[in-house]
Amino acid sequence: MSYEAPRTRLATAGARSTTSAVLTDQPRGDVVRGRIFYALLLFGLSLALVGLALLLIDVFVDGSERFGVDLFTKLGSGFPENAGFQNAIFGTLWIIGGVILFCVPIGVGAAIYLEEYADGTRWWNRLIEVNIQNLAAVPSIVYGILGLAFIVRGPLNLGFIVLAGSLTLALLVLPTVIIAAREAIRAIPPSIREGSLALGATQWQTIRRQVLPASIPGIVTGVILAISRALGETAPLLLVGAATFVTFNPTSPFTDGYTALPVQIFNYFSRAQDEYLTLAAAGIIVMLVVLIAMNSFAIWLRNRYEQKW
Amino acid sequence: MTEERREAERGQAAQEPDGDGRRGLRRGIEVQHRDKAPQGSREKVFELKELSVHYGDNPAVRGISMEVFKHNVTALIGPSGCGKSTLIRCLNRMNDLVPSARVEGELLYHGEDLYGSKVDPVQVRKMIGMVFQKPNPFPKSIYDNIAFGPRILNMQGDMDEIVEKALRRGALWEEVKDRLDANAYGLSGGQQQRLCIARCIAVEPDTILMDEPCSALDPISTGKIEDLITELKQDYSIVIVTHNMQQAARVSDMTAFLIVELTADEKNRWGEIVEYDETEKIFTNPSDRRTEDYVSGKVG
Repeated sequence: MSYEAPRTRLATAGARSTTSAVLTDQPRGDVVRGRIFYALLLFGLSLALVGLALLLIDVFVDGSERFGVDLFTKLGSGFPENAGFQNAIFGTLWIIGGVILFCVPIGVGAAIYLEEYADGTRWWNRLIEVNIQNLAAVPSIVYGILGLAFIVRGPLNLGFIVLAGSLTLALLVLPTVIIAAREAIRAIPPSIREGSLALGATQWQTIRRQVLPASIPGIVTGVILAISRALGETAPLLLVGAATFVTFNPTSPFTDGYTALPVQIFNYFSRAQDEYLTLAAAGIIVMLVVLIAMNSFAIWLRNRYEQKW
Repeated sequence: MTEERREAERGQAAQEPDGDGRRGLRRGIEVQHRDKAPQGSREKVFELKELSVHYGDNPAVRGISMEVFKHNVTALIGPSGCGKSTLIRCLNRMNDLVPSARVEGELLYHGEDLYGSKVDPVQVRKMIGMVFQKPNPFPKSIYDNIAFGPRILNMQGDMDEIVEKALRRGALWEEVKDRLDANAYGLSGGQQQRLCIARCIAVEPDTILMDEPCSALDPISTGKIEDLITELKQDYSIVIVTHNMQQAARVSDMTAFLIVELTADEKNRWGEIVEYDETEKIFTNPSDRRTEDYVSGKVG
């Protein structure tokens, strides 16, 4: 309509000058603040990387001359030149295997309940949630005491066997697995569930055939984190029986007398002779190798199931 | 009308300056709807009697009474927030998934109360399929997307045949027959939506509900889905929610017009049905002035 035309022109001119002002005139302070923030981020990252690099260099300098294949083939020994880590590696593998067997089904089950079935408005479900998050922050030695009191002795009374170590570490990493699995399940778009239910699938069929397969990558990521933590834990294992110096490989979850890599390293470090210190440093390299091997497998597994939405 | 001609026409329409939405609507009614007198039986599929839905204390729709007929396409139109989606989600009990949703009134399906105490919502959804606003294929292969329903329902027969039949019915077979093992996410949006329709057909439902099935699609894909809907009504009863009045005019036999009602203090809003009649009457000679204002583009 014609009587609006001059006003429209005026508005257009005004908008253009505002636009040009906005586009060309970024306040100096904003630019500086942006750069400072960027620099801080880089600084934080480099601090972490330098710390890690120093640690690795130190370990490699101390341990590389002693590191070799024989560390994987020889057992623990009272003579440092004959000592290896095979029994500790087997101990760790047995323990971690048990941890996976216990904490994956229980952790994923708990996550499914909390995400798919629990009514979040009920106080008991909220209580469970808060408690799981708190449990993730409990010091590991507390789990060690729990394991000693309830698994090694007490109600379960299993004794100092590999299974006791597995159960204790499984309790320790269970909150991590639950939290990660919940995140993974929550990341599945609701439209997938709706699509499945609309076809006449039951809630369980929907979870079993749509939600769970799609959340495997996220769940595996959580399990990787959990295993990495369990692999490095020393304190709780010392309490539930891995402290003993052993010179044989565990052969079943019920082997009485076992050790794990971090415990063996700790054990060697606490001896007087210099040869043992070198051996302990080499042991750290062995542990890194085991860790990388297990994580690589898990990452390969995750990538196999990766799905982009 | 052949598909090519229809597509060409649609392409042309898409190129025209989109200043006047009504022009398309008029043509939609005059050219495409005249030759399609309401058909099908008057056998009732759904009977809604004073149906109301609340989310917690907030009403979503109130006092909905209407009947949906067999082998008809029934469109629900109305402005945003008038409860069209809520209403259609009642029809296969998808609203059960919202814990706070409460349904009052009566909803009969072939004379059976869908909200009766002995009715299993899973069985309801087997008979009444649903296609959603945003295409939601499963993160699996095209084949597995179709086969999922028949597998969980333990349908008898050769799975390859079931899949092919469903994809043919969904007008997708020719485009995907050479890559059935490819991930469904590689399909275009329109193909994904036809896959979802085919997936729904694969479990041999009796009725198909479509909640704005074309709102995320371009005009060409929309045209294909509309053609598909027209074809599918030979075998199925279809209820479709749409924002697009031309679409309602093109595909539906019956149209219900809903509006938003407000309480005096504007705290609560809910949808109510204004008029429910044959589509042609709703678009050419509505009996309520509010319907006329809406379909002629004066409001909304």
